[in-house]
Amino acid sequence: MNSQELPDADIIFAELVDRMRGAIAFEAAFVGIYSGGAWLAERLAAAIPGEHALGYIDVSFYRDDYSRTGLKPGTKRTALPFDVEGATIILVDDVLYTGRSVRAAINELFDFGRPARIELAVLVDRGGRELPIEPTYCGARLLAARDVSIVLSRDNDGRLKLATEKTAT
Amino acid sequence: MRNPQLNADGELTHLLTLEGLPAPIIRRILDTADPFVSIAEREVKKVPLLRGKAVFNLFFENSTRTRTTFEIAAKRLSADVINLNIGVSSTSKGETLLDTVDNLVAMDADIFVVRHAQSGAPHLIAQHLTSRRATHVHVINAGDGRHAHPTQGLLDLYTIRHYKQELHHLTVAIVGDILHSRVARSLIHGLTTLGVPEVRVVGPKTLLPASVEAMGVRVFHDMRTGIEGCDVIAMLRLQGERMNGALLPSGGEFYKQYGLTTEKLALAKPDAIVMHPGPMNRGVEIESAVADGARSVILPQVTFGIAVRMAVMSIIAGN
Repeated sequence: MNSQELPDADIIFAELVDRMRGAIAFEAAFVGIYSGGAWLAERLAAAIPGEHALGYIDVSFYRDDYSRTGLKPGTKRTALPFDVEGATIILVDDVLYTGRSVRAAINELFDFGRPARIELAVLVDRGGRELPIEPTYCGARLLAARDVSIVLSRDNDGRLKLATEKTAT
Repeated sequence: MRNPQLNADGELTHLLTLEGLPAPIIRRILDTADPFVSIAEREVKKVPLLRGKAVFNLFFENSTRTRTTFEIAAKRLSADVINLNIGVSSTSKGETLLDTVDNLVAMDADIFVVRHAQSGAPHLIAQHLTSRRATHVHVINAGDGRHAHPTQGLLDLYTIRHYKQELHHLTVAIVGDILHSRVARSLIHGLTTLGVPEVRVVGPKTLLPASVEAMGVRVFHDMRTGIEGCDVIAMLRLQGERMNGALLPSGGEFYKQYGLTTEKLALAKPDAIVMHPGPMNRGVEIESAVADGARSVILPQVTFGIAVRMAVMSIIAGN
């Protein structure tokens, strides 16, 4: 595995917070897509002024590649401890690539009710979209080769780190 | 020889029995069941995982509860469910089991949920599908003869794990009619595979299989010593309809010796849970006050059973 350092995740996160501050509804709910998006949603809910409910979403049951790859181990519970009906939701993911996870997450949200509005916040947009999905808020745009994935990790002290990994083929 | 439940990559493709099923696969099913439990709390109690797949419930033996929970599980996964009451259709016209299966495969079945009075019938169907190279079709055993009832065993394991978290310090007593019980066999295999240190079976000699000790359990004929200090008591239904000949003096006598009463339950640990696979015979194997009491997890078992069956279907259909 070939791993390469990327810009500091905490600096990109600060950029993202700057772009979101003032734009986010006071009672907007933050919903993070597991696992990187969940860490970011927790931080954003604390950093952005307002009273924000916090939810987590695992899109495994809504993915479009189930018939090709089957169900991956380690699926977590989706937990949305607020009324989705009529809510303003900030969907949070770490790296936006094809847009397929976001599509799955939006579909899943609608099985809980009809939100008033969904916005998308991502730490990194790496291009390569396969669906017409764009972020509302984005920390940084990075380029990476198709066979490289950008991965967000969190260490024991809660520090975030971005790295690249060669995708197994 | 390869485990007939696993595909060439060692992944679960049929669920026939818990005997010989590797612990990581059992744990994976239990882990996967967890997020499915919460789907019942949604506005739309469905996920799209098995959309476009056809699940055929092949029940050669009557069952309302198990068939219903499989049907709910499949529907919550967005599969199409076809219920066949085979006992009163094809076989009565002389069609063989495997001809029935071939016909249903020709109707594009993806999963067969099979219950049969003959031990080994689901296994036979799985082998037949392999010989026909129909590897995209999966079989789940919903109870075969006295042999196995793996999804019941899994839901029992899920329930125990839910209430007790760690399994490696538990004492579990399985009480009653072990001889006729595929539920007991599946639970014993599951518990020993997952490393539960003490599994006890409690019942009269006439209702215990001859070589039950070989399954790695301790045998008790006295209920009071058998459930003493237990963390989990798994009661079994007295299967009157499977009994040929007089294995028991009478229902009343059985209740006196092996019925789970409030007084006997006091011998188990104070936080012991009481399970029962249903349907219950109140006053035959369990006192109403126990069945409805604070330690009873009998109804949660039913709820967890749906999630466990969703997990099994979604894992095998993806492999």
